[in-house]
Amino acid sequence: MTPSDIEMAQSMKKQKIVIIGNGMAPGRMLEHLLEQAPDRYVVTIFNAEPRVNYDRIMLSPVLSGEKAFEEIIIHGDGWYIANGITLYKGHKIVAIDRSAKTVTSDHGVTEPYDKLVIATGSVPFIIPVPGHDLPGVLTYRDLDDVQAMLLAAQSRAKAVVIGGGLLGLEAAAGLNAQGMDVTVLHVMPTLMERQLDPAAGYLLQRAVEQRGIKVITKANTQAITGKGKVEQVELADGTVIPATLVVMAVGIRPNAALAKEAGIAVNRGIVVDAGMRSNDPDIYALGECAEVNGQVYGLVAPLYEMARVAASHLAGNETAAFVHMDTPTKLKVTGIELFSLGDFAEGEDRQEIVLRDAAAGVYKRLVLRDDRIIGTVLYGETADGAWFNDLKKKQTDISQMRDTLIFGQSYQGGASLDPMAAVAALPDDAEICGCNGVCKGKITGAITAKGLTSLDDVRAHTKASASCGSCTGLVEKLMVLTIGDKYNPAAVQPMCGCTTLGHDEVRRLIKAKSLKTIPAVMQELEWTTSCGCAKCRPALNYYLVCDWPDEYADDYQSRYINERVHANIQKDGTYSVVPRMWGGVTNAAELRAIADVVDKFEIPMVKVTGGQRIDMLGIRKEDLPAVWADLGQAGFVSGQAYAKGLRTVKTCVGSDWCRFGTQDSTGLGIRIEKFMWGSWTPAKVKMAVSGCPRNCAEATCKDVGVICVDSGYEIHFAGAAGLDIKGTEVLGLVKTEDEALEHIVALTQMYREQGRYLERIYKWAKRVGIAEIKRQIMDDGEKREAYFDRFVFSQKFAQVDPWSERVSGKDKHEFRPMASVGFAQAAE
Amino acid sequence: MMNWISIGSISDIPRRGARCVATPQGKIAVFRTADDQVFAIDDHCPHKGGPLSQGIVHGAAVTCPLHNWVISLETGKALGADEGAVRTIPVRIEGERLFIALEALASRAA
Repeated sequence: MTPSDIEMAQSMKKQKIVIIGNGMAPGRMLEHLLEQAPDRYVVTIFNAEPRVNYDRIMLSPVLSGEKAFEEIIIHGDGWYIANGITLYKGHKIVAIDRSAKTVTSDHGVTEPYDKLVIATGSVPFIIPVPGHDLPGVLTYRDLDDVQAMLLAAQSRAKAVVIGGGLLGLEAAAGLNAQGMDVTVLHVMPTLMERQLDPAAGYLLQRAVEQRGIKVITKANTQAITGKGKVEQVELADGTVIPATLVVMAVGIRPNAALAKEAGIAVNRGIVVDAGMRSNDPDIYALGECAEVNGQVYGLVAPLYEMARVAASHLAGNETAAFVHMDTPTKLKVTGIELFSLGDFAEGEDRQEIVLRDAAAGVYKRLVLRDDRIIGTVLYGETADGAWFNDLKKKQTDISQMRDTLIFGQSYQGGASLDPMAAVAALPDDAEICGCNGVCKGKITGAITAKGLTSLDDVRAHTKASASCGSCTGLVEKLMVLTIGDKYNPAAVQPMCGCTTLGHDEVRRLIKAKSLKTIPAVMQELEWTTSCGCAKCRPALNYYLVCDWPDEYADDYQSRYINERVHANIQKDGTYSVVPRMWGGVTNAAELRAIADVVDKFEIPMVKVTGGQRIDMLGIRKEDLPAVWADLGQAGFVSGQAYAKGLRTVKTCVGSDWCRFGTQDSTGLGIRIEKFMWGSWTPAKVKMAVSGCPRNCAEATCKDVGVICVDSGYEIHFAGAAGLDIKGTEVLGLVKTEDEALEHIVALTQMYREQGRYLERIYKWAKRVGIAEIKRQIMDDGEKREAYFDRFVFSQKFAQVDPWSERVSGKDKHEFRPMASVGFAQAAE
Repeated sequence: MMNWISIGSISDIPRRGARCVATPQGKIAVFRTADDQVFAIDDHCPHKGGPLSQGIVHGAAVTCPLHNWVISLETGKALGADEGAVRTIPVRIEGERLFIALEALASRAA
């Protein structure tokens, strides 16, 4: 073999790359690497967090309840499997042996590497004040922190956020949205002083305070005190602020300890060259832990640039180099528009253009040097941020448009105010997505070349709008400009194969067009089948029952068998029967009646259900009316254990018996059940009432739950304990039983009117937003009453015991064969 | 020879619904569609034996109540991606009266 042959043979063999850390930067690096050199490496990742790669900059919407964790996952488990990547979740690397070229995790796994990538990110800075290690002091860094904060927020108590920067304010807004009383402590005179000038900082402070968040600037935290847990925060000036939760968000520092121990050059961060290579040629570093040209970075755009550079080098292209760039800052707090870029300090050689509109709460400031933009602060209206950024980046001479520059792009050259025109006027290399560094030309090019028609497609192919999402509007405008009508922003999943309309659209049109029968819906909404299918018919039947309770005649042939015969079909075609036991309470007479029925009909199995009642299984369909007749004699009615409707209200014994009980939870449970039984809902509804926070009725995994406390009733909703497991969200605290009932009924009616058929409350809540539900049910008394009244009206038609109806002969054809034939012949 | 057995009247079955006919060999499900066609098939889903008579009737098909297989009432075959079939039984409508062919029954018993 010649030397070149040997080289070839060696390069054919896959090298082993190990990545320490699984944040956004290494995730992006892998995407590039798999694209450029898919077969070059065998990849192993160690992630100290026990999970996949997610969009860390979207944690704030998760904290505020606007997004769910699943929505911010970048690479699901399937991605790692599909790409043959080994991911060790929850493994923290504790040692790098550079001479042996291995890494070892805290669980004792040792992996060899040819190339090592360190992406250990950053650690939150903790102010070393007394009490900084008390339970209840958190940082804001990863999903665990968010979950801890959400848990703490359930107490509705007081929180202090130390740090009035980007992260601190996002944390404060999130905790405030979760119902906590929040105070922000900031050591500087104005908020976000590194990104905002004092004027914008003031406007921001006002906006933050208008949300009910207290802000104390020039606040010097001296101590956090409390017995065994956080109780208060003390400032240097003597101020004492009570708090059960303290979030420290005062900054981050590169997490370079592991590299340092391994003898790799570390300054503030791990020192790398412009190719992301450390002083060990086989070890790279990128992300927040890396230091390039004396700079460390925390915003996603430069980190993604590092990822691109590192991937190129690992793929064999050693010309790629990281160049410093300014990145615009945006605050991810819904309702606060803020954009900041570059250098905006005052100086002799600088001029500024300022626009203030006090009424609209708008402040814009451009900092110029030599007729070129060097800094921008926009508050209240940020649409021109991309344009100013472009002018700055290109060092455009703005002297010609100086007089109108501050009004934005649409004022230039006499162009109209049409925002579409403004986007159309952007040059191809104007940056649209700051997080991912995607320019206009790349987006429009991909839309045309790949025939993209949905936002998700554009995100998948270009990454634009795939991180923080604040450029989504711009991307959508580009889609309209490029493909016109073919872009359908609200592309929805049709209800079923019989229509192109989605559930929400059908529900809207049923109301708007006053459609009151299934045939009317199918005719008016142009169903493509003659009489629908097993998916759409039950859904339509429910929507019509819900929307026209007094006028619509329930279509039994469009109900699932369980709801048609008011029992639960079992695998052998027999049925099970569950009578109501209000609040799970029963007595000797009821139990005797059940025992008699079991004997008389030779019912093979009797079982206590999870919903605190008794299930009789294995009943032949023909026997159902007779079983119901006997149960009815004893006062039983249907438990609707088969219904997409109210099932059970589980209770504990509460203040009547329990030494911990704070309220009559049994009584409230029975009251709710008696008020709400018989109502149809999009999917089943299970409730519970617990008499104290020990929660023996397990109310915090129910569709709707109540936790009684000394001061009243804490109403919970949107829990799940089936296919998905999810703790409830807190709707709010009310003082009286009457209020509790009113709020629960209103919440249920809101769900009845908006839920898609078979969509449980927790999925509906995720879709419409917890905050919106709280707003309508807790804050808007008029809305709540209207929901309540509509529920009460519909109950007039719903509260009819279906069992006694059938005992009286209704639908009797259901329970008998129409004929018996052939038996005589068979006997011959 | 076809042996037609009377099983009752078409009005015994709700539109988009079904009734059962008991036979020594098991139940037969008799379906009536929205446009008054009548079909008879074994009341036994080819998948896991679910009682097809309890399913939702749409067009000339029924969706099994246990696991949502869709069975053609005309051919007895599973529609869509599923594979399997149930026996179909000839039906005759004379005015209001419904008849099914017994010979088919006998042949199954044999």
